[in-house]
Amino acid sequence: MRLTDEEQAMRAGELGEPRRWALEHQIAVGEFFDAEGLVRISQAHIMADTESLGEAGVGFLESLAARPEAERRVRVPTLTDPRGLDVAVYKRLGQSEAMRALEARAIAALRAFGVLMTDTCINYQTIMPPTRGEHLAMGDTGVVIYSNSVFGARSNFEGGPSALAAALTGRTPRYGYHLDECRRPTRRFRLDHRPRDLSEWGALGGIVGQACGSYWEVPLIEGIEEIPGSDALKHFGAAMASFGSVALFHMPGITPEPAKGRPQRPHTIGRDAIEAFVAAYGATGDKVDVVVFAAPQLSLVEMAALADALDGRHVHEETTLLVATSPEIKYAADRMGLTRRIEATGAIVAAGICFYQSYAGELAEANGWKRLMTNSAKLVNIIGGYGYRPTLASLERCIASAVAGRVV
Amino acid sequence: MPIVLKCHKGIGPAVTGTALVATDNFSARYDLDRKAGTFSRPTHHLAGQSYAGRILVLNEAKGGVATAWMLRDMQERGIVPLALVFNRVNPILAQGAAFARLALVDRFEGDVTSLVRSGDRLRVDPGAGVVEILDRDC
Repeated sequence: MRLTDEEQAMRAGELGEPRRWALEHQIAVGEFFDAEGLVRISQAHIMADTESLGEAGVGFLESLAARPEAERRVRVPTLTDPRGLDVAVYKRLGQSEAMRALEARAIAALRAFGVLMTDTCINYQTIMPPTRGEHLAMGDTGVVIYSNSVFGARSNFEGGPSALAAALTGRTPRYGYHLDECRRPTRRFRLDHRPRDLSEWGALGGIVGQACGSYWEVPLIEGIEEIPGSDALKHFGAAMASFGSVALFHMPGITPEPAKGRPQRPHTIGRDAIEAFVAAYGATGDKVDVVVFAAPQLSLVEMAALADALDGRHVHEETTLLVATSPEIKYAADRMGLTRRIEATGAIVAAGICFYQSYAGELAEANGWKRLMTNSAKLVNIIGGYGYRPTLASLERCIASAVAGRVV
Repeated sequence: MPIVLKCHKGIGPAVTGTALVATDNFSARYDLDRKAGTFSRPTHHLAGQSYAGRILVLNEAKGGVATAWMLRDMQERGIVPLALVFNRVNPILAQGAAFARLALVDRFEGDVTSLVRSGDRLRVDPGAGVVEILDRDC
């Protein structure tokens, strides 16, 4: 890889150990993907929940955070993805003091780097939406696919260590979605049924993601006549990234970047495919242990829709209804009375977590949870590995089931 | 003569061990019980099998970013695959291997999940971009 004088100095350790580590890490990754050099970025976003950090990851962060301030400060605005627990609700969810203590250590270390603790996977809706052509180091697959596709920005999936490295050097290896040639459509899909709600947008994303099945495939999606809107594209992209590791889609007329090329032979997706996808998670009649609205965190508009749908109802005493949003949206929801309306039904509103990043396996054990219901296709994909049996349904069906205590 | 499979230059040290092969994709968050060291996702072909100390031969990396942190924690706790041998990986698995100093190679001529069988003895050399099947002749 070609390095500038400043990058050489970082590599030589002249700007301190954190930047030396960061540059070496970026060279290892960049060479693996044949990057010719590094590209300057304007924002970084770090996934650093303690469940995935573990003791090793937290210890690593602390070792760099102990360096002098000039060596450890991030060089670009750096945000965080959701955390492992919300201190306001962790006891009600049966999370342990050991988890809280590890979180506190991780937060202290991240703050020492000058990281902004946004604890959100919807930063593109709530903090600083990217602009077209902006190079970024985003650390959540849903954030990457939304930034690349809906805004025309440029980011690879940057795991926690790489996003931190990018924050410390202000750069990232120039490969993958930073390059024009990787952004051409490789697959074409034609939609002949409009998804009816967010769960179906997620299902559609899951179907496209499964069909692509690779980070290096770029789907072009045609046949969408009405503009879906931000929350629909959020669920669509997050599910596609989760099921297929996909990082960019083109939707002509809706996404801003002109798709260069149009692959032959479209794959048509109709009503039957979406219904079959949802039916694969069906479990009508089963007891519901936990209903989750998260993954991605809820926008203010989703919080309002949930409050409206829940008004005057009560969650079944043997069912937990959990809602996860960002700290900013939680604050707004508190101010606007939405949190009070949602919690009056017996539901729990958590801030700064996104459920699956919050020790989901331990939560299942502590609470005896098995059957999970959600309107998030991304969540049903992830949560099976943690021992849950997930059901995908509309927000209305999820709420009716939470009230009945069984899948309706 | 061992069978020599060429691939792209990889990450991490050269290692020798036993292959565990499936045509599935892979994510540490979605597929593993990282305490027990087994595949936990019920629909994965390796469900219930131990990955500790094995050379995992799989198709693609999938899913979320968590694997980038998790491999190092798995490495430090000693319940970790010996190496990762894939047809194609995404950035997360490459970043995770670099962070954990775990052997990783991908981009073979042909489908590595059909070229290698479970139980084969393999030598994985990321620096050279080569995987050798030691106990079968070409």
